[in-house]
Amino acid sequence: MSGFAMLLYKELLRFWRVAFQTVAAPVLTALLYLVVFGQTLEGRVRVYDEASYSAFLLPGLVMMSVLQNAFANSSSSLIQSKITGNVIFLLLPPISYLEFFAAYLLASMARGLVVGLAVLGVSTPLVALPLAAPLWALAFALLGSAILGAMGVIAGIWADKFDQLAAFQNFVIMPLTFLSGVFYSIHSLPAFWQELSHLNPFFYMIDGFRYGFFGRSDFAPAASLAVVGASFVVLSAAALLLLRSGYKLRG
Amino acid sequence: MMPAIEICNVAKRYGALQALAGISLDITPGEFFGLLGPNGAGKTTLISIIAGLARADAGSVRIMGADVVTDYRRARRLLGVVPQELVFDPFFSVRETLRFQSGYFGLRRNDDWIDEILQHLDLSAKAGTNMRALSGGMKRRVLVAQALVHKPPVIVLDEPTAGVDVELRQGLWQFIRRLNRAGHTIVLTTHYLEEAEQLCSRIAMLKAGCIVALDSTRNLLARFSGMQLKLRLDRAALPEDPGVTVLAADGERFTLRLRDYAALESLLHRLRELGVQIQEFELAPPDLEEVFLRLTGNAPAAAEPRT
Repeated sequence: MSGFAMLLYKELLRFWRVAFQTVAAPVLTALLYLVVFGQTLEGRVRVYDEASYSAFLLPGLVMMSVLQNAFANSSSSLIQSKITGNVIFLLLPPISYLEFFAAYLLASMARGLVVGLAVLGVSTPLVALPLAAPLWALAFALLGSAILGAMGVIAGIWADKFDQLAAFQNFVIMPLTFLSGVFYSIHSLPAFWQELSHLNPFFYMIDGFRYGFFGRSDFAPAASLAVVGASFVVLSAAALLLLRSGYKLRG
Repeated sequence: MMPAIEICNVAKRYGALQALAGISLDITPGEFFGLLGPNGAGKTTLISIIAGLARADAGSVRIMGADVVTDYRRARRLLGVVPQELVFDPFFSVRETLRFQSGYFGLRRNDDWIDEILQHLDLSAKAGTNMRALSGGMKRRVLVAQALVHKPPVIVLDEPTAGVDVELRQGLWQFIRRLNRAGHTIVLTTHYLEEAEQLCSRIAMLKAGCIVALDSTRNLLARFSGMQLKLRLDRAALPEDPGVTVLAADGERFTLRLRDYAALESLLHRLRELGVQIQEFELAPPDLEEVFLRLTGNAPAAAEPRT
Protein backbone atom coordinates (compact mmCIF):
# COMPACT_ATOMS: atom_id res chain seq x y z
CA MET A 1 0.00 0.00 0.00
CA SER A 2 1.29 3.44 -0.87
CA GLY A 3 1.38 6.47 1.37
CA PHE A 4 -1.39 7.92 -0.77
CA ALA A 5 -3.78 5.04 -0.07
CA MET A 6 -3.14 5.29 3.68
CA LEU A 7 -3.64 9.05 3.70
CA LEU A 8 -6.89 8.66 1.77
CA TYR A 9 -8.06 5.98 4.21
CA LYS A 10 -7.12 8.17 7.17
CA GLU A 11 -9.01 11.14 5.71
CA LEU A 12 -12.09 9.02 5.07
CA LEU A 13 -11.96 7.58 8.57
CA ARG A 14 -11.51 11.04 10.03
CA PHE A 15 -14.90 12.28 8.87
CA TRP A 16 -16.64 8.93 9.17
CA ARG A 17 -15.68 8.66 12.86
CA VAL A 18 -17.64 11.84 13.52
CA ALA A 19 -20.37 11.17 10.94
CA PHE A 20 -23.03 12.57 13.23
CA GLN A 21 -21.42 15.96 12.84
CA THR A 22 -20.04 15.61 9.30
CA VAL A 23 -22.90 13.76 7.59
CA ALA A 24 -26.06 13.72 9.71
CA ALA A 25 -25.94 17.44 10.60
CA PRO A 26 -25.71 18.75 7.01
CA VAL A 27 -28.44 16.32 5.94
CA LEU A 28 -30.71 17.75 8.62
CA THR A 29 -29.87 21.31 7.52
CA ALA A 30 -30.75 20.50 3.91
CA LEU A 31 -34.01 18.89 5.01
CA LEU A 32 -34.95 21.98 7.01
CA TYR A 33 -34.36 24.13 3.92
CA LEU A 34 -36.47 21.76 1.87
CA VAL A 35 -39.36 21.70 4.33
CA VAL A 36 -39.38 25.41 5.18
CA PHE A 37 -38.74 26.86 1.71
CA GLY A 38 -40.67 24.11 0.00
CA GLN A 39 -43.74 24.68 2.17
CA THR A 40 -43.70 28.49 2.13
CA LEU A 41 -42.89 28.93 -1.56
CA GLU A 42 -44.86 26.00 -2.96
CA GLY A 43 -47.47 27.45 -5.30
CA ARG A 44 -45.97 30.96 -5.16
CA VAL A 45 -42.93 30.12 -7.22
CA ARG A 46 -43.33 28.07 -10.34
CA VAL A 47 -40.11 27.45 -12.21
CA TYR A 48 -41.08 24.53 -14.40
CA ASP A 49 -44.67 23.91 -15.43
CA GLU A 50 -44.42 20.17 -14.97
CA ALA A 51 -42.62 20.12 -11.62
CA SER A 52 -43.43 21.37 -8.13
CA TYR A 53 -41.23 24.03 -6.51
CA SER A 54 -40.00 21.45 -3.98
CA ALA A 55 -38.91 19.20 -6.84
CA PHE A 56 -37.08 22.13 -8.44
CA LEU A 57 -35.48 23.02 -5.10
CA LEU A 58 -34.30 19.54 -4.10
CA PRO A 59 -31.46 19.04 -6.65
CA GLY A 60 -30.21 22.52 -5.76
CA LEU A 61 -30.12 21.59 -2.08
CA VAL A 62 -28.44 18.28 -2.84
CA MET A 63 -25.74 20.00 -4.86
CA MET A 64 -25.35 22.73 -2.23
CA SER A 65 -24.76 20.02 0.39
CA VAL A 66 -22.26 18.26 -1.86
CA LEU A 67 -20.33 21.49 -2.43
CA GLN A 68 -20.30 22.77 1.13
CA ASN A 69 -19.29 19.45 2.63
CA ALA A 70 -16.58 18.80 0.07
CA PHE A 71 -15.13 22.18 0.95
CA ALA A 72 -15.52 21.65 4.68
CA ASN A 73 -13.72 18.31 4.61
CA SER A 74 -10.36 19.21 3.12
CA SER A 75 -10.25 22.72 4.58
CA SER A 76 -11.07 21.74 8.16
CA SER A 77 -8.85 18.67 8.12
CA LEU A 78 -5.88 20.65 6.87
CA ILE A 79 -6.29 23.56 9.23
CA GLN A 80 -6.76 21.23 12.20
CA SER A 81 -3.58 19.39 11.28
CA LYS A 82 -1.73 22.66 10.88
CA ILE A 83 -2.96 24.14 14.14
CA THR A 84 -2.39 21.00 16.21
CA GLY A 85 0.93 20.49 14.40
CA ASN A 86 0.27 16.88 13.45
CA VAL A 87 0.57 17.78 9.76
CA ILE A 88 4.25 16.98 10.40
CA PHE A 89 3.37 13.27 10.29
CA LEU A 90 2.35 13.74 6.66
CA LEU A 91 5.37 15.86 5.78
CA LEU A 92 8.01 13.44 7.07
CA PRO A 93 7.02 10.35 5.02
CA PRO A 94 7.78 9.94 1.32
CA ILE A 95 4.41 11.26 0.11
CA SER A 96 4.56 13.43 -3.02
CA TYR A 97 2.59 16.66 -3.25
CA LEU A 98 0.47 15.06 -5.97
CA GLU A 99 -0.44 12.12 -3.71
CA PHE A 100 -1.10 14.53 -0.84
CA PHE A 101 -3.49 16.56 -3.00
CA ALA A 102 -5.22 13.51 -4.48
CA ALA A 103 -5.88 11.99 -1.05
CA TYR A 104 -7.45 15.17 0.35
CA LEU A 105 -9.39 15.72 -2.86
CA LEU A 106 -10.88 12.22 -3.01
CA ALA A 107 -11.82 12.23 0.68
CA SER A 108 -13.56 15.58 0.18
CA MET A 109 -15.44 14.26 -2.82
CA ALA A 110 -16.46 11.19 -0.84
CA ARG A 111 -17.86 13.26 2.02
CA GLY A 112 -19.67 15.62 -0.38
CA LEU A 113 -21.19 12.76 -2.32
CA VAL A 114 -22.18 10.78 0.78
CA VAL A 115 -23.98 13.82 2.20
CA GLY A 116 -25.58 14.58 -1.19
CA LEU A 117 -26.80 11.00 -1.57
CA ALA A 118 -28.16 11.02 1.97
CA VAL A 119 -30.09 14.25 1.35
CA LEU A 120 -31.47 12.76 -1.85
CA GLY A 121 -32.31 9.46 -0.17
CA VAL A 122 -34.09 11.01 2.80
CA SER A 123 -36.09 13.45 0.64
CA THR A 124 -37.19 11.03 -2.04
CA PRO A 125 -40.29 9.92 -0.10
CA LEU A 126 -41.25 13.59 0.36
CA VAL A 127 -40.72 14.93 -3.14
CA ALA A 128 -41.45 13.36 -6.51
CA LEU A 129 -38.32 13.94 -8.53
CA PRO A 130 -37.73 12.82 -12.11
CA LEU A 131 -34.31 11.50 -13.18
CA ALA A 132 -33.98 12.36 -16.86
CA ALA A 133 -30.22 12.12 -17.36
CA PRO A 134 -28.51 10.53 -14.37
CA LEU A 135 -25.06 10.49 -15.97
CA TRP A 136 -25.14 14.27 -16.32
CA ALA A 137 -26.13 14.59 -12.68
CA LEU A 138 -23.28 12.27 -11.69
CA ALA A 139 -20.75 14.16 -13.80
CA PHE A 140 -21.67 17.48 -12.21
CA ALA A 141 -21.72 16.02 -8.71
CA LEU A 142 -18.24 14.55 -9.20
CA LEU A 143 -16.77 17.68 -10.73
CA GLY A 144 -18.54 20.01 -8.29
CA SER A 145 -17.29 18.10 -5.26
CA ALA A 146 -13.81 17.99 -6.78
CA ILE A 147 -13.77 21.76 -7.32
CA LEU A 148 -14.82 22.46 -3.75
CA GLY A 149 -12.41 19.84 -2.44
CA ALA A 150 -9.59 21.63 -4.27
CA MET A 151 -10.81 25.00 -2.95
CA GLY A 152 -10.78 23.50 0.53
CA VAL A 153 -7.17 22.39 0.07
CA ILE A 154 -6.22 25.92 -0.99
CA ALA A 155 -8.13 27.55 1.87
CA GLY A 156 -6.78 25.03 4.38
CA ILE A 157 -3.20 25.72 3.33
CA TRP A 158 -3.68 29.47 3.23
CA ALA A 159 -5.58 29.98 6.51
CA ASP A 160 -3.57 30.17 9.73
CA LYS A 161 -6.58 30.40 12.02
CA PHE A 162 -10.07 29.00 12.16
CA ASP A 163 -11.64 32.46 11.80
CA GLN A 164 -9.79 33.02 8.52
CA LEU A 165 -11.27 29.79 7.27
CA ALA A 166 -14.72 30.82 8.53
CA ALA A 167 -14.32 34.12 6.65
CA PHE A 168 -13.50 32.23 3.47
CA GLN A 169 -16.57 30.09 4.02
CA ASN A 170 -18.90 32.99 4.88
CA PHE A 171 -17.68 35.54 2.35
CA VAL A 172 -16.80 33.32 -0.60
CA ILE A 173 -18.45 29.92 -0.45
CA MET A 174 -21.84 30.91 1.03
CA PRO A 175 -22.54 33.89 -1.30
CA LEU A 176 -21.43 31.95 -4.36
CA THR A 177 -23.70 29.06 -3.34
CA PHE A 178 -26.75 31.15 -2.49
CA LEU A 179 -26.43 33.28 -5.64
CA SER A 180 -26.06 30.28 -7.89
CA GLY A 181 -29.70 29.43 -8.39
CA VAL A 182 -30.22 26.85 -5.67
CA PHE A 183 -33.51 28.47 -4.66
CA TYR A 184 -34.59 30.04 -7.96
CA SER A 185 -34.04 29.93 -11.68
CA ILE A 186 -31.81 32.77 -12.77
CA HIS A 187 -34.36 33.48 -15.51
CA SER A 188 -36.50 34.97 -12.78
CA LEU A 189 -33.79 37.56 -12.10
CA PRO A 190 -33.42 41.01 -13.72
CA ALA A 191 -31.07 41.01 -16.73
CA PHE A 192 -28.14 42.50 -14.82
CA TRP A 193 -28.22 39.82 -12.12
CA GLN A 194 -28.66 37.14 -14.74
CA GLU A 195 -25.47 38.33 -16.41
CA LEU A 196 -23.68 38.45 -13.11
CA SER A 197 -24.78 34.91 -12.28
CA HIS A 198 -23.06 33.72 -15.42
CA LEU A 199 -19.74 34.73 -13.83
CA ASN A 200 -20.41 32.44 -10.87
CA PRO A 201 -18.96 28.98 -11.48
CA PHE A 202 -21.34 27.57 -8.86
CA PHE A 203 -24.26 28.48 -11.12
CA TYR A 204 -23.03 26.04 -13.77
CA MET A 205 -22.62 23.26 -11.22
CA ILE A 206 -26.15 23.67 -9.88
CA ASP A 207 -27.70 24.24 -13.29
CA GLY A 208 -25.93 21.27 -14.85
CA PHE A 209 -26.76 19.02 -11.92
CA ARG A 210 -30.42 19.99 -12.20
CA TYR A 211 -30.34 19.10 -15.89
CA GLY A 212 -29.65 15.53 -14.82
CA PHE A 213 -33.06 15.42 -13.13
CA PHE A 214 -35.31 17.51 -15.39
CA GLY A 215 -33.53 17.22 -18.72
CA ARG A 216 -33.71 20.99 -19.01
CA SER A 217 -31.62 23.83 -17.67
CA ASP A 218 -30.92 27.57 -17.98
CA PHE A 219 -27.67 26.87 -19.79
CA ALA A 220 -26.66 24.09 -22.19
CA PRO A 221 -25.29 21.24 -20.03
CA ALA A 222 -22.28 20.55 -22.26
CA ALA A 223 -21.26 24.21 -22.02
CA SER A 224 -21.77 24.11 -18.23
CA LEU A 225 -19.65 20.99 -18.03
CA ALA A 226 -16.89 22.76 -19.94
CA VAL A 227 -16.98 25.72 -17.54
CA VAL A 228 -17.01 23.42 -14.51
CA GLY A 229 -14.25 21.24 -15.93
CA ALA A 230 -12.09 24.28 -16.66
CA SER A 231 -12.69 25.57 -13.12
CA PHE A 232 -11.53 22.25 -11.75
CA VAL A 233 -8.36 22.30 -13.82
CA VAL A 234 -7.52 25.86 -12.76
CA LEU A 235 -8.17 25.27 -9.05
CA SER A 236 -6.32 21.96 -8.99
CA ALA A 237 -3.35 23.55 -10.70
CA ALA A 238 -3.39 26.34 -8.11
CA ALA A 239 -3.58 23.86 -5.22
CA LEU A 240 -0.77 21.75 -6.69
CA LEU A 241 1.44 24.77 -7.21
CA LEU A 242 0.91 25.78 -3.58
CA LEU A 243 1.72 22.28 -2.38
CA ARG A 244 4.77 21.97 -4.60
CA SER A 245 6.17 25.26 -3.36
CA GLY A 246 5.70 24.10 0.22
CA TYR A 247 3.78 27.32 0.95
CA LYS A 248 2.98 27.49 4.68
CA LEU A 249 3.64 23.76 5.05
CA ARG A 250 7.38 23.44 4.54
CA GLY A 251 8.87 26.62 6.04
CA MET B 1 32.54 5.46 4.13
CA MET B 2 29.38 7.26 3.03
CA PRO B 3 28.22 9.64 5.77
CA ALA B 4 24.89 8.91 7.46
CA ILE B 5 24.11 12.60 7.11
CA GLU B 6 26.07 14.89 4.86
CA ILE B 7 25.39 18.58 5.37
CA CYS B 8 27.01 20.78 2.79
CA ASN B 9 27.10 24.60 3.04
CA VAL B 10 23.51 24.81 4.25
CA ALA B 11 22.19 28.34 4.66
CA LYS B 12 18.74 29.50 5.67
CA ARG B 13 17.37 32.96 6.24
CA TYR B 14 14.04 33.93 7.83
CA GLY B 15 13.52 37.56 6.86
CA ALA B 16 16.30 39.51 8.57
CA LEU B 17 17.38 36.53 10.66
CA GLN B 18 20.23 34.41 9.34
CA ALA B 19 19.16 31.14 10.94
CA LEU B 20 21.96 29.10 9.37
CA ALA B 21 25.04 30.69 7.85
CA GLY B 22 26.49 28.01 5.59
CA ILE B 23 26.94 24.94 7.75
CA SER B 24 28.89 21.86 6.68
CA LEU B 25 28.94 18.72 8.75
CA ASP B 26 29.30 14.98 8.19
CA ILE B 27 27.75 12.50 10.58
CA THR B 28 29.25 9.01 10.45
CA PRO B 29 27.10 5.86 10.39
CA GLY B 30 26.68 4.44 13.88
CA GLU B 31 27.50 7.68 15.61
CA PHE B 32 25.66 9.12 18.60
CA PHE B 33 25.89 12.75 17.66
CA GLY B 34 24.91 15.76 19.74
CA LEU B 35 23.77 19.10 18.37
CA LEU B 36 24.02 21.70 21.09
CA GLY B 37 23.45 25.41 21.25
CA PRO B 38 21.48 28.12 22.98
CA ASN B 39 17.90 28.89 21.96
CA GLY B 40 17.77 30.35 18.47
CA ALA B 41 21.18 28.95 17.48
CA GLY B 42 19.64 27.16 14.50
CA LYS B 43 19.38 23.59 15.79
CA THR B 44 15.73 23.07 14.92
CA THR B 45 16.14 24.86 11.57
CA LEU B 46 18.96 22.48 10.67
CA ILE B 47 16.89 19.47 11.69
CA SER B 48 13.91 20.77 9.71
CA ILE B 49 16.09 21.01 6.60
CA ILE B 50 17.46 17.50 7.17
CA ALA B 51 13.89 16.20 7.53
CA GLY B 52 12.55 18.09 4.51
CA LEU B 53 10.25 20.19 6.71
CA ALA B 54 12.01 23.34 5.55
CA ARG B 55 14.00 24.14 2.45
CA ALA B 56 17.53 25.45 2.56
CA ASP B 57 18.22 28.69 0.70
CA ALA B 58 21.58 27.23 -0.30
CA GLY B 59 23.55 24.03 0.13
CA SER B 60 22.45 20.42 0.24
CA VAL B 61 21.75 17.62 2.68
CA ARG B 62 22.09 13.90 1.92
CA ILE B 63 20.90 11.02 4.05
CA MET B 64 23.13 8.01 3.31
CA GLY B 65 23.74 9.49 -0.10
CA ALA B 66 20.10 10.41 -0.86
CA ASP B 67 19.53 14.12 -1.41
CA VAL B 68 16.64 15.32 0.77
CA VAL B 69 15.18 17.42 -2.08
CA THR B 70 15.91 15.61 -5.35
CA ASP B 71 15.76 12.07 -3.91
CA TYR B 72 13.33 12.81 -1.08
CA ARG B 73 11.50 9.48 -1.18
CA ARG B 74 14.65 7.51 -0.45
CA ALA B 75 15.98 10.12 1.98
CA ARG B 76 12.77 10.09 4.04
CA ARG B 77 12.68 6.30 4.21
CA LEU B 78 16.18 6.36 5.68
CA LEU B 79 15.32 8.95 8.30
CA GLY B 80 13.21 8.86 11.47
CA VAL B 81 12.44 12.17 13.15
CA VAL B 82 11.12 12.79 16.65
CA PRO B 83 9.80 16.35 16.58
CA GLN B 84 10.22 18.77 19.43
CA GLU B 85 6.55 19.70 19.79
CA LEU B 86 4.24 17.27 21.52
CA VAL B 87 1.91 16.73 18.58
CA PHE B 88 -0.69 14.03 18.01
CA ASP B 89 -3.88 13.30 16.08
CA PRO B 90 -6.76 13.34 18.57
CA PHE B 91 -8.98 11.21 16.32
CA PHE B 92 -7.04 8.00 16.74
CA SER B 93 -5.63 5.46 19.21
CA VAL B 94 -1.94 4.69 19.76
CA ARG B 95 -2.02 1.61 17.52
CA GLU B 96 -3.97 3.42 14.80
CA THR B 97 -1.49 6.28 14.92
CA LEU B 98 1.38 3.83 14.38
CA ARG B 99 -0.48 1.94 11.66
CA PHE B 100 -1.15 5.16 9.80
CA GLN B 101 2.46 6.22 10.11
CA SER B 102 3.55 2.80 8.78
CA GLY B 103 1.13 3.16 5.90
CA TYR B 104 2.48 6.61 5.00
CA PHE B 105 5.83 4.89 4.53
CA GLY B 106 4.22 2.25 2.36
CA LEU B 107 4.27 -0.51 5.00
CA ARG B 108 1.06 -2.43 5.15
CA ARG B 109 1.43 -5.25 7.66
CA ASN B 110 3.67 -3.80 10.29
CA ASP B 111 1.97 -5.00 13.48
CA ASP B 112 4.80 -7.29 14.60
CA TRP B 113 7.24 -4.42 14.57
CA ILE B 114 4.66 -2.04 16.05
CA ASP B 115 4.13 -4.48 18.93
CA GLU B 116 7.86 -4.66 19.48
CA ILE B 117 8.26 -0.88 19.61
CA LEU B 118 5.27 -0.58 21.92
CA GLN B 119 6.81 -3.13 24.24
CA HIS B 120 10.23 -1.46 24.28
CA LEU B 121 8.65 1.90 25.00
CA ASP B 122 6.41 0.41 27.69
CA LEU B 123 3.28 1.37 25.76
CA SER B 124 1.75 -2.07 25.14
CA ALA B 125 -0.99 -1.51 27.71
CA LYS B 126 -1.96 1.76 26.00
CA ALA B 127 -2.15 0.45 22.42
CA GLY B 128 -5.92 0.85 22.26
CA THR B 129 -6.07 4.15 24.12
CA ASN B 130 -7.01 7.34 22.30
CA MET B 131 -4.09 9.74 21.97
CA ARG B 132 -6.00 12.45 23.85
CA ALA B 133 -6.13 10.30 26.97
CA LEU B 134 -2.35 9.86 27.27
CA SER B 135 -0.08 11.78 29.61
CA GLY B 136 2.58 14.07 28.18
CA GLY B 137 5.32 11.53 28.77
CA MET B 138 3.38 8.83 26.98
CA LYS B 139 2.63 11.10 24.04
CA ARG B 140 6.37 11.72 23.84
CA ARG B 141 6.99 7.98 23.69
CA VAL B 142 4.42 7.60 20.92
CA LEU B 143 6.33 10.27 18.98
CA VAL B 144 9.47 8.16 19.34
CA ALA B 145 7.52 5.09 18.23
CA GLN B 146 6.17 6.97 15.19
CA ALA B 147 9.71 7.85 14.15
CA LEU B 148 10.67 4.17 14.24
CA VAL B 149 7.81 2.47 12.36
CA HIS B 150 9.81 2.25 9.14
CA LYS B 151 13.03 1.07 10.86
CA PRO B 152 15.11 4.03 9.74
CA PRO B 153 18.91 3.63 9.97
CA VAL B 154 19.25 7.32 10.88
CA ILE B 155 17.23 8.77 13.76
CA VAL B 156 17.01 12.44 14.66
CA LEU B 157 15.61 13.51 18.01
CA ASP B 158 14.86 17.18 18.56
CA GLU B 159 14.84 17.83 22.32
CA PRO B 160 13.24 14.46 23.04
CA THR B 161 13.35 14.77 26.81
CA ALA B 162 11.89 18.27 27.08
CA GLY B 163 9.23 18.16 29.76
CA VAL B 164 9.75 14.46 30.45
CA ASP B 165 10.17 13.24 34.01
CA VAL B 166 13.46 11.76 35.18
CA GLU B 167 12.37 8.14 35.28
CA LEU B 168 10.98 8.25 31.77
CA ARG B 169 14.04 10.10 30.54
CA GLN B 170 16.26 7.27 31.77
CA GLY B 171 14.05 4.66 30.12
CA LEU B 172 14.01 6.60 26.89
CA TRP B 173 17.79 6.92 26.83
CA GLN B 174 18.22 3.25 27.53
CA PHE B 175 16.08 2.52 24.50
CA ILE B 176 17.87 5.02 22.26
CA ARG B 177 21.23 3.65 23.39
CA ARG B 178 20.10 0.18 22.46
CA LEU B 179 19.11 1.43 19.01
CA ASN B 180 22.53 3.01 18.69
CA ARG B 181 24.25 -0.23 19.69
CA ALA B 182 22.14 -2.05 17.10
CA GLY B 183 23.74 0.17 14.47
CA HIS B 184 21.36 3.13 14.17
CA THR B 185 22.91 6.53 13.75
CA ILE B 186 21.49 8.90 16.36
CA VAL B 187 21.44 12.68 16.16
CA LEU B 188 20.21 14.48 19.20
CA THR B 189 19.59 18.08 20.12
CA THR B 190 19.29 18.80 23.76
CA HIS B 191 19.41 21.51 26.33
CA TYR B 192 20.59 19.11 28.99
CA LEU B 193 24.35 19.27 28.78
CA GLU B 194 24.88 16.34 31.11
CA GLU B 195 22.68 14.33 28.78
CA ALA B 196 24.88 15.13 25.79
CA GLU B 197 27.97 14.46 27.87
CA GLN B 198 26.75 11.00 28.85
CA LEU B 199 25.33 9.91 25.52
CA CYS B 200 27.07 11.57 22.62
CA SER B 201 30.40 10.47 21.23
CA ARG B 202 30.69 13.61 19.14
CA ILE B 203 29.24 17.06 19.52
CA ALA B 204 28.67 20.13 17.36
CA MET B 205 27.96 23.39 19.11
CA LEU B 206 25.94 25.95 17.23
CA LYS B 207 25.77 29.65 17.85
CA ALA B 208 23.91 32.17 15.71
CA GLY B 209 23.73 29.76 12.77
CA CYS B 210 27.42 28.80 12.82
CA ILE B 211 29.24 25.76 14.15
CA VAL B 212 31.56 27.05 16.88
CA ALA B 213 32.89 23.64 17.91
CA LEU B 214 32.89 20.20 16.36
CA ASP B 215 34.82 17.44 18.05
CA SER B 216 34.54 14.25 20.05
CA THR B 217 32.94 14.84 23.43
CA ARG B 218 36.17 13.76 25.14
CA ASN B 219 38.34 16.19 23.16
CA LEU B 220 35.92 19.05 23.70
CA LEU B 221 35.99 18.46 27.42
CA ALA B 222 39.76 18.11 27.49
CA ARG B 223 40.42 21.08 25.27
CA PHE B 224 38.11 23.64 26.70
CA SER B 225 37.38 22.63 30.19
CA GLY B 226 39.87 20.84 32.41
CA MET B 227 39.20 19.59 35.91
CA GLN B 228 39.04 21.53 39.07
CA LEU B 229 40.95 20.13 42.03
CA LYS B 230 40.65 21.22 45.67
CA LEU B 231 43.53 20.16 47.90
CA ARG B 232 44.57 20.52 51.52
CA LEU B 233 48.21 19.64 52.10
CA ASP B 234 50.06 19.13 55.38
CA ARG B 235 52.10 22.27 54.62
CA ALA B 236 51.93 25.19 52.17
CA ALA B 237 54.29 23.70 49.62
CA LEU B 238 52.80 23.28 46.16
CA PRO B 239 55.23 22.27 43.43
CA GLU B 240 54.97 24.02 40.06
CA ASP B 241 53.62 22.03 37.14
CA PRO B 242 52.93 23.18 33.55
CA GLY B 243 49.57 21.42 33.53
CA VAL B 244 48.37 23.04 36.74
CA THR B 245 46.97 26.52 37.22
CA VAL B 246 46.47 27.85 40.74
CA LEU B 247 43.04 29.44 41.00
CA ALA B 248 43.18 30.16 44.73
CA ALA B 249 45.66 29.56 47.53
CA ASP B 250 44.94 29.96 51.22
CA GLY B 251 47.76 28.61 53.42
CA GLU B 252 47.82 24.88 52.83
CA ARG B 253 44.52 24.97 50.92
CA PHE B 254 44.63 25.19 47.14
CA THR B 255 42.09 25.34 44.35
CA LEU B 256 43.69 24.25 41.10
CA ARG B 257 42.76 23.79 37.48
CA LEU B 258 44.22 20.71 35.85
CA ARG B 259 44.66 20.62 32.10
CA ASP B 260 43.97 16.89 31.95
CA TYR B 261 44.35 13.66 33.87
CA ALA B 262 48.06 13.51 32.98
CA ALA B 263 48.54 16.76 34.85
CA LEU B 264 46.99 15.14 37.90
CA GLU B 265 49.45 12.25 37.77
CA SER B 266 52.38 14.58 37.33
CA LEU B 267 51.25 16.73 40.27
CA LEU B 268 50.80 13.72 42.55
CA HIS B 269 54.23 12.48 41.55
CA ARG B 270 55.89 15.80 42.44
CA LEU B 271 54.06 15.95 45.77
CA ARG B 272 55.35 12.47 46.59
CA GLU B 273 58.89 13.49 45.63
CA LEU B 274 58.67 16.46 48.01
CA GLY B 275 57.24 14.22 50.73
CA VAL B 276 54.13 16.40 50.99
CA GLN B 277 51.09 14.63 52.41
CA ILE B 278 47.58 15.22 51.06
CA GLN B 279 45.02 15.85 53.81
CA GLU B 280 41.93 16.50 51.69
CA PHE B 281 41.28 15.85 48.03
CA GLU B 282 38.26 16.80 45.91
CA LEU B 283 38.20 16.44 42.12
CA ALA B 284 35.43 17.97 39.97
CA PRO B 285 35.36 16.22 36.57
CA PRO B 286 35.31 18.11 33.28
CA ASP B 287 32.04 19.79 32.62
CA LEU B 288 30.43 20.31 29.25
CA GLU B 289 28.49 23.19 30.68
CA GLU B 290 31.70 25.12 31.03
CA VAL B 291 32.73 24.32 27.47
CA PHE B 292 29.35 25.49 26.36
CA LEU B 293 29.64 28.71 28.31
CA ARG B 294 33.06 29.50 26.96
CA LEU B 295 32.16 28.77 23.37
CA THR B 296 28.79 30.40 23.16
CA GLY B 297 29.21 33.12 25.73
CA ASN B 298 25.71 32.29 26.87
CA ALA B 299 24.35 30.91 30.07
CA PRO B 300 23.47 27.31 29.25
CA ALA B 301 19.81 26.91 28.58
CA ALA B 302 19.59 24.09 31.11
CA ALA B 303 19.51 26.79 33.75
CA GLU B 304 16.42 28.33 32.16
CA PRO B 305 12.90 27.14 32.71
CA ARG B 306 12.14 24.51 30.15
CA THR B 307 9.16 24.59 27.90
